[in-house]
Amino acid sequence: MRSILTLSLVFSTIRLATPLVWAAIGGLYSERSGVVNIALEGLMLAGAFTAAAVTFYTHSPWAGLGGAMGAAALMASVLAVACIRFKANEVVAGTGINILFLGLPAVLSGALFLSSGSTPQIPKEDLLPTLAQLVPIASQWRILSDVSVMSLLALLVVVLTSYVLYRTPFGLRLRSVGENPEAADAAGVRVNRIRYVSVALSGVLAGVGGAYLSIGQSSLFTRNMTAGRGFIALAALIFGKWRPVQTMLACLLFGFADALTIQMQGVAKLPSGEDVPVQFIQMIPYLVTIVVLAGFIGQSRAPGALGVPYDKES
Amino acid sequence: MTFLRELLFPLIAVLCAFLVGAIVVLFIGDSPVETYRLLLGSAFSWPDGIGYTLFFATPLIFTGLAVAVALRGGLLNIGAEGQLYVAAFATAWVGIKLASFPAVLLVPLCCVAAIAAGAVWGAIPGLLKARFGSHEVINTIMLNFIAVALVGYLTQYHYRIPGDPIMESAPIGNAAHIARLGRFVPGLPERIPLNFAFLLALLASWLVYVLLWKTKWGYEIRATGQNPAAAEYGGVSIRRQVVLTMAISGALAGMVGINEVLGYRYRYYDGFSDNYGFTGIAVALLGRNHPLGVIVAALLFAVLQRGGVPVDAFTQLVSKDIVLILQALVILFVAAEAMFRRSGRRWQGAGGSSGQATAPGKI
Repeated sequence: MRSILTLSLVFSTIRLATPLVWAAIGGLYSERSGVVNIALEGLMLAGAFTAAAVTFYTHSPWAGLGGAMGAAALMASVLAVACIRFKANEVVAGTGINILFLGLPAVLSGALFLSSGSTPQIPKEDLLPTLAQLVPIASQWRILSDVSVMSLLALLVVVLTSYVLYRTPFGLRLRSVGENPEAADAAGVRVNRIRYVSVALSGVLAGVGGAYLSIGQSSLFTRNMTAGRGFIALAALIFGKWRPVQTMLACLLFGFADALTIQMQGVAKLPSGEDVPVQFIQMIPYLVTIVVLAGFIGQSRAPGALGVPYDKES
Repeated sequence: MTFLRELLFPLIAVLCAFLVGAIVVLFIGDSPVETYRLLLGSAFSWPDGIGYTLFFATPLIFTGLAVAVALRGGLLNIGAEGQLYVAAFATAWVGIKLASFPAVLLVPLCCVAAIAAGAVWGAIPGLLKARFGSHEVINTIMLNFIAVALVGYLTQYHYRIPGDPIMESAPIGNAAHIARLGRFVPGLPERIPLNFAFLLALLASWLVYVLLWKTKWGYEIRATGQNPAAAEYGGVSIRRQVVLTMAISGALAGMVGINEVLGYRYRYYDGFSDNYGFTGIAVALLGRNHPLGVIVAALLFAVLQRGGVPVDAFTQLVSKDIVLILQALVILFVAAEAMFRRSGRRWQGAGGSSGQATAPGKI
């Protein structure tokens, strides 16, 4: 076992958890305001594709990041309008967004780059920087040279979200809208306005998570490159009981499972001499979510009004 | 009048989806007219167009019925994808293990395996909801990933022929093959994989209709879906209903395995599903959760799927993924159908009761 548990496993965990944290915290804003966000996967894909395409043309990862935030926020707003204004079933509309982003990036990259599989390779110097690239002296410390700026920013977002959610008037309104919209409305809170803002914000953050995948961790967009991470982020959000810090810890746990899968391939053996089947490690986040939802590991209680459209008249 | 309205809104939704799709094609710089001509036109040639379209429609009828039955019962089954994977593997497993059995025994046994495996995988989220109150949407999503990993593991480590680079199982026994319709229909070559499972899909649609509207069980399913509190007051056990409905839904999704394994590839092929489970959601919504509507909607999506091939080959810039975009747009427009009702109401005065097709999504 010693050969597996190395420092590189720690870095690998941080790298793999980073996109999950961004997306899960995004989902947190939407769901705490009462709107189910099953579209995290699609919003991440929107961010990943836009980031890669914009960075390819502008040679600036920051422009790419901005593009990703904008595109994903736009798509999240479409979801918000469908669900809030037209009272679409949130799960169904979210599934629509997810399927849309299986197809749309492929069609667009087919037209823009004549390859429906992926966007062109982006040169290394145009990618989102690691900490060492920003602070030259730090390159001596391995912990900084390997960690992306986006990982550090993810940590900041978690702290900021904790603050916003529990210490600001906006956070109070957001939580009240998600728990008891009637009471919030009676107290003068504009329920649907808060929900629009929250869902759009979830798009911004999920878009960053996607951008990290295409222009941070890798250097191009490939078809369906999120590979279920949006759903794992959703699982982490539930495991983390819809709270920022716990959600981040859940992301780290799932990132660790992912890192372990990669490291164990071809290395670790069962006592019988066979490879450890990676499929069983891949199942962990999903099994954990089912067990948590069933109430075996503490109660995970969803926001009171999650999934219930708010209609003033009714 | 109600019937016409029921027909009208899905039609408007499809038209809107095609309109937005046309804008996407235009934006890319291709001709929407040409794209749609290729997309819709290639499905109607005989025998290839029609044969393949009906073949593609088969799994979509099964998953569409699966989602529709669940929605009628007030449940959202996002897990048809996982259910059909587990079922297809079970079908192949029986076909491999009992390969020496005669066809009269083996084919029914394989079919039972498909139905039972799908039912069990569907019943799990039903049980979790009945016992622990955890929502079926999250659990079915999670079970999709678990199903894919599980059958991937079984294929890779236990049922692959050693040395085979493809993730597929060993072939099933010859006796388990079900006939392609080409053997009976003059002019339809047997290379087209349209098989008896298509007729089974039509039969299943009829059975679902009978179940839902002509039996006590079906009445209870619908009563639970429309008003659980009232149904419970009327003596229906909601918990039992949830498990039963999800099992029926899973069984229907599982029947995809019959088409795929017994009628097409004659083995389990990892990752075979072209999003059938998720397309089933679109099929059910567009078909208004009615078996007849499901058949029509499945045919529409099958036409698009068939049309994707020539679009890939004959247009300059548009790829066949435009089909996914249209599919997604149909889902979004059908889901947000209230937008048409809102403007419709203005003309009709008060178009009162909206036949909302979807169940409330409380998680």
